[in-house]
Amino acid sequence: MSAVEAVAAAPGRRLRRRHRTVGALPKLTALLILAVIVLMPVYVLVVTSLKTVTETDVSHAWSLPGVWTTEAWSEAWRQLSPYLENSMELVIPATVLSTLLGSLNGFVLSKWRFPGADVVFTFFLFGMFIPYQAVMIPLAQLFDHVSFPQGIPRLIFAHVVYGIPITALIFRNYYATIPNDLMEAARMDRAGMFRTFWSVVLPISMPAFVVAAIWQFTSIWNDFLFAVFVVTDPNQWPVTVALNNVTGSMVTPYNLQMAAALLASLPTLLVYVLLGRYFMRGLMAGALKG
Amino acid sequence: MADIVLEELSKRFPNGFEAVKRLSLAIGESELLVLVGPSGCGKTTALRMIAGLEDITSGELFIGGRRMNDVLERDRDIAMVFQNYALYPHMTVAQNIAFSLRLGKVPKHEIRERVRETATLLGLEGLLDRRPKQLSGGQKQRVAMGRAIVRQPQVFLMDEPLSNLDAQLRVQMRGEIEALQKRLGVTTVYVTHDQVEALTMGDRIAVLRDGELQQVGGPAEVYDRPANLFVAGFIGSPPMNLAHGTVEANGATAIRLGATTLPVPDEVAREHGLDAYRGRRVIVGVRPEDLHGPESGNGHGPARLPAAIDRVESVGASLLVHFAVDAPDAKSAALAAMTGGEALEATQLAGGAGSSFCASFEPRSGIRVGDALEVAVDTARLHFFDPETERTTRPSSP
Repeated sequence: MSAVEAVAAAPGRRLRRRHRTVGALPKLTALLILAVIVLMPVYVLVVTSLKTVTETDVSHAWSLPGVWTTEAWSEAWRQLSPYLENSMELVIPATVLSTLLGSLNGFVLSKWRFPGADVVFTFFLFGMFIPYQAVMIPLAQLFDHVSFPQGIPRLIFAHVVYGIPITALIFRNYYATIPNDLMEAARMDRAGMFRTFWSVVLPISMPAFVVAAIWQFTSIWNDFLFAVFVVTDPNQWPVTVALNNVTGSMVTPYNLQMAAALLASLPTLLVYVLLGRYFMRGLMAGALKG
Repeated sequence: MADIVLEELSKRFPNGFEAVKRLSLAIGESELLVLVGPSGCGKTTALRMIAGLEDITSGELFIGGRRMNDVLERDRDIAMVFQNYALYPHMTVAQNIAFSLRLGKVPKHEIRERVRETATLLGLEGLLDRRPKQLSGGQKQRVAMGRAIVRQPQVFLMDEPLSNLDAQLRVQMRGEIEALQKRLGVTTVYVTHDQVEALTMGDRIAVLRDGELQQVGGPAEVYDRPANLFVAGFIGSPPMNLAHGTVEANGATAIRLGATTLPVPDEVAREHGLDAYRGRRVIVGVRPEDLHGPESGNGHGPARLPAAIDRVESVGASLLVHFAVDAPDAKSAALAAMTGGEALEATQLAGGAGSSFCASFEPRSGIRVGDALEVAVDTARLHFFDPETERTTRPSSP
């Protein structure tokens, strides 16, 4: 549209926009109601975590704290901080390793293809649908059989292996959008497979790395099942398992549990807040050309 | 520098499609050979086999006398320019150009020197710190050239390097690439579907169709002595007029085109071996510029075609005049498929059975639609093809 046409069309468009706002009112109301429903438990979570233990009974769950206190948060931090540390020791190497493996896999599955690449990829996809429960016992037996280092290393290994299908899928789909010419140009410039990956592909993989890293970080951080099964030494528990054992001395300390739950979920929340927009961009990368 | 020899090179893809069929070519040292043909003719596949990006199914490839069939692409000492430029998006212009040198373990100071030289040669000095996104199409094209040149390879391969540029820039870059190639003297194989590009740039042109070599020769040779109907129709714009005619059985050599008889000079008849076709059908070809309007006087011999003008197009330097000829159209099947719409249109204009001829006249000859006139035919420049084999009737032709 030329500038002149754009100017001419402007009043009409403004009219249309106002019209749309009025028409969208019921839709917005519905969305608002749904949002409130979703956020209600979060409200209770937050409010309760800021109460004293005496105020936390079910009949007053909805009321604001009479006395605002961060007592529960301090206690939660005291109890959970070693486990938060464990979780970090688990999730950071596991995420780095599995995204790196994913990008290598995605690369050879889409850009440096080998005979049978599609068949291999199909098997990768199957891997995504194997439930944890199905492999838990064989996995534990394998670990014992090869005397794999106890605790967090086992958990890292399990998550890295389990992360291969999804990360490979993310990277493969992202790499599919990169023109083949680029790989061939690298080949003509005398680059081998690893050199092409390292110098040409890796530097332009940021969007896929963000998506895969967020995905892996979240699912590894939140995992409970593998952690409770694989890690036998309570000192090596990640925070999800430790959360289950947060206790007080006499009554059920709801305020403490709520604070602990919030504390345990803060890192994933943070990851989303910081990287969320890259996440969307990365997910969209396959859909739009250029 | 090195020569390139293709001996019966073939490519069959896993799905059974044979893209290149026993292609034999010898490309001399420092020569610029253009592979030209319609899309899907196998020219890019042939180029990719030379590059090493595609395996050779059968046949042999030699570069500089060395058999290359099983040599990895990176060891062939070849640089390639891609249609989409394929610049590394995260690298600056300087890094793009330097990449292959870095991999080749060239010392740092030498890399800097060579990148600078290349940039100067291509007028990229001011752009070395830019990224591909910040470049125009022509600049990207130059960087792609720079990436090839800086390596000082034995061979350049260029895959439709100008097809993404607008028309004006294309003409300019055409000249630049040609001048550069001459200056560097690097043996070059250049792929294009654009026959104008082929005619203007190539030392020699190889015309491909369905994976088979149709003709190879200098631009003038391919244009003036097309080996077969396909080359005749493909090279030249507007294309050569082609119609079925009959060689008169008796008397002085003459060609009957519908109701018209065109006398053919003896030496032309001899050169084209027309005696062997007496009383038989041939396909007659005449280029638009060898048809002359009444304004050009009587210097073109006695051969005349009556013409009722259907359509007049002004292309600036000349006036394209279309008229019907009551002889069956003779575009080869392949060409008809290629230019489907045009051929159909021509048939309709000619009223079904006839063909439509196009003549290139003086721009100010004042001819209008509906005019009836006699078009002079330069009979010395006629082309004849066997309707069975679609090959030229010239006896000497290979």
